[in-house]
Formats: sequence, C-alpha cells, structure tokens
Amino acid sequence: MIFPALFFYLFAAVLIGSGVMVIASRNPVHSVLFLILAFVNASGLFVLLGAEFLAMILIVVYVGAVAVLFLFVIMMLDVDFAELREGFLEYLPFGLLIGGIFLAELIAVALGWAISPNISSAVGSPIPANVSNTEAIGLVLYTKYIHYFQIAGMVLLVAMIGAIVLTLRHKVNVKRQNIAAQNARKKATAMDVRKVASGQGLRDSDAAEWVQ
Amino acid sequence: MTIGLGHYLAVGATLFTLGILGIFLNRKNVIIILMSIELILLAVNINLVAFSAFLNDIVGQIFALLVLTVAAAEAAIGLAVLVVYFRNRGSIAVEDINLMKG
Repeated sequence: MIFPALFFYLFAAVLIGSGVMVIASRNPVHSVLFLILAFVNASGLFVLLGAEFLAMILIVVYVGAVAVLFLFVIMMLDVDFAELREGFLEYLPFGLLIGGIFLAELIAVALGWAISPNISSAVGSPIPANVSNTEAIGLVLYTKYIHYFQIAGMVLLVAMIGAIVLTLRHKVNVKRQNIAAQNARKKATAMDVRKVASGQGLRDSDAAEWVQ
Repeated sequence: MTIGLGHYLAVGATLFTLGILGIFLNRKNVIIILMSIELILLAVNINLVAFSAFLNDIVGQIFALLVLTVAAAEAAIGLAVLVVYFRNRGSIAVEDINLMKG
C-alpha cells in the first residue's frame, strides 16, 4: 500500500512547485499554464481523497473555463508585462516576511489542534456506503442543500450578466442591422412607379431625381 | 506510511501562503493577483475536501462545490473589469487605479 502515499507526495510536490511558478514566472502566459498544472494536480489529490466528482468538476470548470478565460484575456490585452514586473525584488523581503509569519501561524494552528473524540455524533450528513461519490453528493445537494444550489445558480447568472454589461460597447461608426426599420418598410415607401413618356429620352428634370 | 489529515492540511496551508505571497510580490500585475486569488480558493477547497473525507461528512464537498462556483464567477467579473480598465487606461497597473475615482 505504498502507492497512495507515493502519489500523494507526487501530486503535492507538483502542486506546490507549480504554485510557486504561478507567482514567480516572468511571463503571465507561463503563469496560466502553471495554474492549469496546479489545478490538474489538485484534482489528483481529490481523487486520492475519494472526491471523484469534485476532481472532474475542477478539471472542467477551472482548466476548461477559468484558465482559458485568463489565457484569452492575457493574449487579447496588449500589455507590457516587463514594465509590470518592476518592483518584484523590491517587495520580495517584505513579502517573504509576511508569508513566513503566516505559514508559521498556520503550522502552529495545525500542531496545536486535535479532532474531538465524539466528532462522529456531530457529522451532519455522513457519506453513505455502497453509493458512488457523485450519487452521494446528488442525494444531499438536491434535497438538504437545494437553496444553496439555487443561490449558486443565481451567483453565476449575476456574474454572466455583469460581465456582459461591463464589456459590451456600441461603436458609433459601425453599421448595424436595424430590424425594426426593415420590418417597418412598406411597398408604398420603398417603391416609386413613374410614367415615362416614350420616345423622348431622359430629361434633365427626371435625371435630378434619379440620381438621388 | 499512511497519509493523514495533517498532510492534506499542510498542502492547503502552503498553497494558501503562496497565494498571499503572490498578492504581495506582484503588486502591479492584476492578472497575477487574480491567479493568486484562485490559488487561495483552491487551498480552501483542498481543506474542505480533506475534512470531508476524513470526518466522513459529505457536506464539505458540497461547500467545496459552492466555493468553486464563487471562484468561477469572481474570475469572470474580475477579468471583465480588467478589460474595461485596460480600455480606459491602456495599462493594467494596479497603482494607477486610484486615479480613476470620480
């Protein structure tokens, strides 16, 4: 049974390493690619923990949507990233100090903490046996936590509308199709039938109107 | 050599610290700051799922799902704001944002 431990250390090491590269990489495109690597390894950790559904959702949502969105924005914006990296070394000592203090605090919390022996009585929804992970989530998500699920849907709807409202703009010089005007056109306004006297050729008074 | 809850919590804590560090170090680049926030939320998710698995409680995974939703919405809105800001200023430097106030 050495394989789970082996894969845990593999996934954890690549996850931490790619996390470092996300914040230290010189090129933001590389940062996004390392972010994708971090997400894939995190989903590997989720599989090890038995949360297969969340692992696959992590791949679909983060790698398929969020990371591609980041990549799209980075490549669409014409930004001078070398200029933005100025001051990285300037903030490095202070940042490392803050990070070190923070990590030390987290480790202190982790060391001085224990699970209560009668925790099993406090568990709200125990994972049912003989049921797949996806089914176990569905059994709880659509019954006990249906309001949370619907609020999550509203959050996504608001985010979608907000993103569209923020980025949509109408340029003045672009010709657009005006469907109302097209539908309002009638035969009477669109066509003009004229009697032309035969054998007289084009007269100057007609030509002035035709040119319009 | 069994992997316990503490191992996963250590990974989560390290990833969280990396996210905080990323916000501190890349104070000019909004895109890297947004990615650091994604790292922080990922660390939170690892914590939730680890507790869910080791305490045999499915609710942690439900909440991880909700955190995932909020993270996706936050990335979409953040990047939309970024695009609008870039159109207005021609740059994405964070320290110039206070020039935008009315």
